[in-house]
Parts: sequence; structure tokens; C-alpha cells
Amino acid sequence: MPATVGVVVFPGSNCEHDVVESVEALGGQGRLLWHGDADVGDVDAVVIPGGFAHGDYLRPGAIARFSPMMSAVTDFAASGGPVVGICNGFQVLTEAGLLPGALQKNAGLKFLCQPATIEVLVTNTALTGNATRGQKLSIPINHFEGNYTCTPDTLAELRAEDRIVFTYSDNPNGSTANIAGICNARRNVVGLMPHPERASNQLLGSDDGNVLLGSLLDAASQ
Amino acid sequence: MTPMTFDVQVEVQLRPGVADPQGSTIERAIPNLGFDGVSKVRVGKSIRFQVQADTEDAALNEVNQLCERFLTNPVIEDATISIQAA
Repeated sequence: MPATVGVVVFPGSNCEHDVVESVEALGGQGRLLWHGDADVGDVDAVVIPGGFAHGDYLRPGAIARFSPMMSAVTDFAASGGPVVGICNGFQVLTEAGLLPGALQKNAGLKFLCQPATIEVLVTNTALTGNATRGQKLSIPINHFEGNYTCTPDTLAELRAEDRIVFTYSDNPNGSTANIAGICNARRNVVGLMPHPERASNQLLGSDDGNVLLGSLLDAASQ
Repeated sequence: MTPMTFDVQVEVQLRPGVADPQGSTIERAIPNLGFDGVSKVRVGKSIRFQVQADTEDAALNEVNQLCERFLTNPVIEDATISIQAA
């Protein structure tokens, strides 16, 4: 039976259908989860997609984390279920306390919408099981607040525990230590700014995102 | 005790040491207008609201919690709270 990936929809999310389509192109099943519901159902993995949840008012992710669905996602993550936050979803995961640090405005104050080359640093996470260490991927970024910021203590912890999952080859936004994505200590929750679902077919310019989404489907099937 | 109403102003600022790209961009633009000697520009936001509580201490306690849990992201932001009876 194909793995089912629940994709959380907030008012203002705008990448949920892309995630569903790219997951289904790889043989998985996508299912939209409304933020106001308090149950993830019987999904095997959860993706929090990109967009502007609740208009990004106050701060990106600040209001989204109070949605009933986020309590259910937190429980799902605590039970070991794979959870991936992409772009705005990464911001939501940091605001919800599922991942450390914060996403600040880009250093150059520009909204960045361009392909980015990222390097896979670790492969024992819910999103990188099928990738190889050091693998370079071309995956688009599309954000204004993607500048990963954390305390020196958090950075030391991320490094000591091998939790920096992706780094930018050419840091486009000023992120601390070139960080493009991180995971939690248990390695089942991963957040990243680049959009793997937008690199899911050569027609889009790259299909490098498929190794990540395929890894998620495999993690979801376990 | 009848609850009192308090006017609250919360000023949210980036913590010292956290880069403020908006502030730096404004600072770089200022000399073009002919103003010299302006430095240390930091951009924050101001949030105003009213709170009902029995005492000012109780109101302040509530606002502190609100700031910590919602109005600021403690990883990168600090809040300065002003409070007075309405």
C-alpha cells in the first residue's frame, strides 16, 4: 500500500497541491489536512508546505502554530512520525518549538526566488535516507525570511549532533553557517527553506527534489 | 475588586547582536538625504492594546507571558513593555 502523506493547509498556504502532486508522481498518496482540524488521521508522514500561513502576520509561523492541527502534528512527531516543513513550513516548525532557531529576514533584504545549490550533510533523517553524503542538489528557494539564525549554543548542539541536514553552496540569504535545513534530535522532523516539490520534474528545470521526497515516502513506509 | 483597564504598549526589537537588514538599509539611505551623523538604526514594531486586570502587577504579569509566548520570538526578539491605567 502506498504511503500517505498528510499536507497541512493553513489560510495562505500555497504549495500544498505541488507537494501532493510531486508525492503522487513518486507513487505515494497525498491528503490535504485542514489546519482547523485537530487530527492527522491515519497518515504515514506530514508535510507543512510553503506559503504565507495566516498572512505571515506578526511573524511567519507565529499564528499558524496555534492552529489545532499543529497540536496533532506535535503529537505525531513525538510518536516518531516523519514531519517535514518546507519554507513557510520550516518557519512554522521553529515557531512551534519542534525545531530550534528562527528564520530572519534575508541579509540582502530581497525576496529571493531562484535555484539554489544545496549539499546534503547527513543521510539518517526522514528526508535524506536515499541521498548520499556530500550530494549536491539544485532546488529552488522562494523566500523573504530564510536567514537561519540561532544562538551559539544551539549552533554548537546542531553541529555536535550532526543535525545540520543541508547547507547552501553559495549562501544566498545570510544564514548562520550556510544552513538551509536542520532536523530534530530524533531525526524524524526536518525543516528546510528550499522547495523539493518544485524540483520534481525535468520540465521544471530540475528533478533533484525527488530523492528527498522519495526518502520521505520510504521513511513513511517504515 | 472591580477589574481595572490598562493601556499597554509593547515595543518589539531584535535582540542586540541579531543582524537587522532593514535597519542597515535605512541607515545607508539616510546620508543621501543630507542627514549626517545618524547611526545605530534598528527597526522594531509597536503593538498597542488594552488589558483588564485587578492590579497593575497582574496586568504586567499577563503581558509578560503574552510577549514570551506570542508577541515576540525569544530567539531573536526582546520586548519593552509600557503599561498605565487607562
